[in-house]
Amino acid sequence: MAIETLPEPSLPITTPLRPRFGFLTSTPIIAIASICLGLIIALAILAPLIAPHDPLLLAPAQRLKPASAQFLLGTDAFGRDVLSRILYGGRVSLVIGLGAAILSVAIGLLIGLVSGFFKWVDAVMMRIMDGLMAIPSILLAIAVVSLSGATVATVLVAITIPEIPRVARLVRSVVLSAREEPYVEAAISVGSSLPKIMWRHLMPNTIAPLIVQGTYVCASAILTEAILSFLGAGISPETPTWGNMMAEGRAFFQIKPSLIFWPGLLLSIAILSINLIGDAARDALDPRMKQREGGK
Amino acid sequence: MSNDKMTDIILDIDNLVVGLGKKPTDQRIIDGVSLQVREGETLCLVGESGSGKSVTSLTVMGLLQKGSLVPSSGSIKLVGEELLGASDRRLRQLRATRMAMIFQEPMTALNPVVPVGRQIDEVLRAHTDLDARTRRQRILAMMEQVRLPDVERIFTSYPHRLSGGQRQRIMIAMALVLEPKLLIADEPTTALDVTTQKQILTLIRDLQRDHGTAVLFITHDMGVVAEIADRVAVMRQGKLVETGSLDGILREPKMEYTRNLLSSVPSLVPRAPRPESKEPIVLEAIDLGKVYRERSLLGRAREVAAAQGVTLTLRKGRTLGIVGESGSGKSTVARCIVRLIDPTSGSIRLVGREISELSRRLLQPHRKRIQIVFQDPYRSLNPRVTIGETIAEGPINFGTPRKEALAKARELLELVDLPPDAVSRYPHQFSGGQRQRIAIARALALDPDVLVADEAVSALDVSVQAQVLELLDEIQTRLGIALLFITHDLRVAAQICDDVAVMQHGRVVEQGPAAEVLTHPKQAYTRALLDAAPGRQWDFANFRPVFQGVA
Repeated sequence: MAIETLPEPSLPITTPLRPRFGFLTSTPIIAIASICLGLIIALAILAPLIAPHDPLLLAPAQRLKPASAQFLLGTDAFGRDVLSRILYGGRVSLVIGLGAAILSVAIGLLIGLVSGFFKWVDAVMMRIMDGLMAIPSILLAIAVVSLSGATVATVLVAITIPEIPRVARLVRSVVLSAREEPYVEAAISVGSSLPKIMWRHLMPNTIAPLIVQGTYVCASAILTEAILSFLGAGISPETPTWGNMMAEGRAFFQIKPSLIFWPGLLLSIAILSINLIGDAARDALDPRMKQREGGK
Repeated sequence: MSNDKMTDIILDIDNLVVGLGKKPTDQRIIDGVSLQVREGETLCLVGESGSGKSVTSLTVMGLLQKGSLVPSSGSIKLVGEELLGASDRRLRQLRATRMAMIFQEPMTALNPVVPVGRQIDEVLRAHTDLDARTRRQRILAMMEQVRLPDVERIFTSYPHRLSGGQRQRIMIAMALVLEPKLLIADEPTTALDVTTQKQILTLIRDLQRDHGTAVLFITHDMGVVAEIADRVAVMRQGKLVETGSLDGILREPKMEYTRNLLSSVPSLVPRAPRPESKEPIVLEAIDLGKVYRERSLLGRAREVAAAQGVTLTLRKGRTLGIVGESGSGKSTVARCIVRLIDPTSGSIRLVGREISELSRRLLQPHRKRIQIVFQDPYRSLNPRVTIGETIAEGPINFGTPRKEALAKARELLELVDLPPDAVSRYPHQFSGGQRQRIAIARALALDPDVLVADEAVSALDVSVQAQVLELLDEIQTRLGIALLFITHDLRVAAQICDDVAVMQHGRVVEQGPAAEVLTHPKQAYTRALLDAAPGRQWDFANFRPVFQGVA
């Protein structure tokens, strides 16, 4: 069959597919959220350098002092500097938030990948996940903490466990649809091993939804930690955390509401910022959302 | 119908320009297209993907995506009324009453949660004042006209209960219920099997004759054109290449592009048979079967036999075609043979070695002997992996050092006529035909004995299809590879296969040398398939009708 070849229209050359982070400044609100979160992170990291006082130093003579040049946000019932405690408290919150996000995403990814590929693992794993999801997360966290003592590590574990099923199910659903793709079948037929197929051909599909899910886990972990501390089931009370500060401030709410106000404000801003960034990430990374925008 | 009425121009497109924006500097998707469709006439708009034929039809319907595609100049007149610049309200009135459209995929064009009768009723409710009973009668009459069986039952059925052909009939009924002057059909039979396609084409022809509708028929298939067109307009890259009568275009195309397009259409007359082969048998499927079992909650098992008793033999350097309509089990057989799915009975011998029972681990060393190329070039390459890595993946799996494997990938790219520097690029930088070449290169990287092509050229434009077929032929001569070629397209099968197996309902109904099966079919089903092949009376590549009995 001799025919003259026709030039095929070539496609424009663009950069390879990678999650892009331009969405962080996509709208003014998202930009403000990014700046706020950036500031909070910077303050928490730099806390030892910029905190004016030792957050743990008890000074009974300075109890419940109002804001002054010496104590910019005043002192609490034990005479500790509120500003310093807030700065250090941010560290705990962010460590818990980031830690829970990374841990739950990592473990959930593993469980999701494996159960998306093996039917029998799927049957067992998903029932376990169902069971985990049936237990209220706060209750589970309180149980774990009271069984094994209240350190940052145990609180982190206690918060991470209930988040794992959500991530695992998300990954599993992505894997279930991606494994039907012909390129996965092609990889099977060129003899690629299972770990290679999972890592190279299936895992990349989960990155975008995981970034989004990670931000939500992060926000909810920070909130859960604060709730646990507030309930007195969290990290030991002398450690500065936003939840602990609010729990202690509750008793003096009538006299000095700012004890609750400042940590509460930072907690709200941090969670709101993370959630807004998560929404922006979803809009930017989910092609279906992009299409909806185009259709407007 | 009087003579001067026959020459009434229903649709008059004059010098239409559609761009990505309104400015004259913006890229033009449609560039100065002029077309006319008269009453009772079918104009076929032919072109390859990206030629702008669908955009033209959407512009007429006023269905262009707002803000991304903008008609910037020219005019579209429907029975004398200017459509460009008409208000949305007016366009809504005109749709269904004066012009109507049917689409390629009737499943997505119908609402899955509303019975089809009510969906047709919506058209009548929106555009007429008829009462419910008259509307129902009119719909049932229309459904009878499109030759749907048991119209009362279908009236209350949901789309998923109907076959593809029936759905397309519903779409046609919906389009024609208000007797529009213009019917735009955008690839209406592309998603259908050949036998159904033939029925739908006949239906459109008959309805058009009865109602005097002007039809603008968009297709990429020259066979369909030969079946249905009065006049033909060829488009390429947004420009009109030429227009003329069907006979004129098929016999004496004036433009180089049209000639190329026609000569790319594979002929239904099988190619000259190659001498009988004494080469060793590389692939044998004996009594192969695949049964899908579905267990319901109450424990009653439902069994579907996707393939039954399939026996095939393939020798080194030969090509065996499996042809059949959708659901005939041809892909199931291919996937069983490559062991992407596990057959439930029978055996597969690959170069003398039984592989149907091997476990995943034991199968691994045999994988490289048999490779597969898939239909959809857009989904068969991982978008996040470079071309070089994709091709080198197989050899690396079998112990070739990475560097060597990448060097081999470059060689293979040259073999499939792509620049070797493509190794560092990503799949989305290539067109469909190029991607299919890459997929072939990946399959060849393991030096397989058997290459399975599962509808490997079906998603490609004819000219690209011809090139890929030529490439496969060349590779076969050079490497002595055996090809198992799965296709629904008898034309493609006629041009590439030495032997053909025809499948229906999971069974092989006829098998033999291509020249024998495709010219003197013994089975009724094979005959029906051949009869339904569109444009079978034309020998496109030689610009003349096929002479009866020449084959």
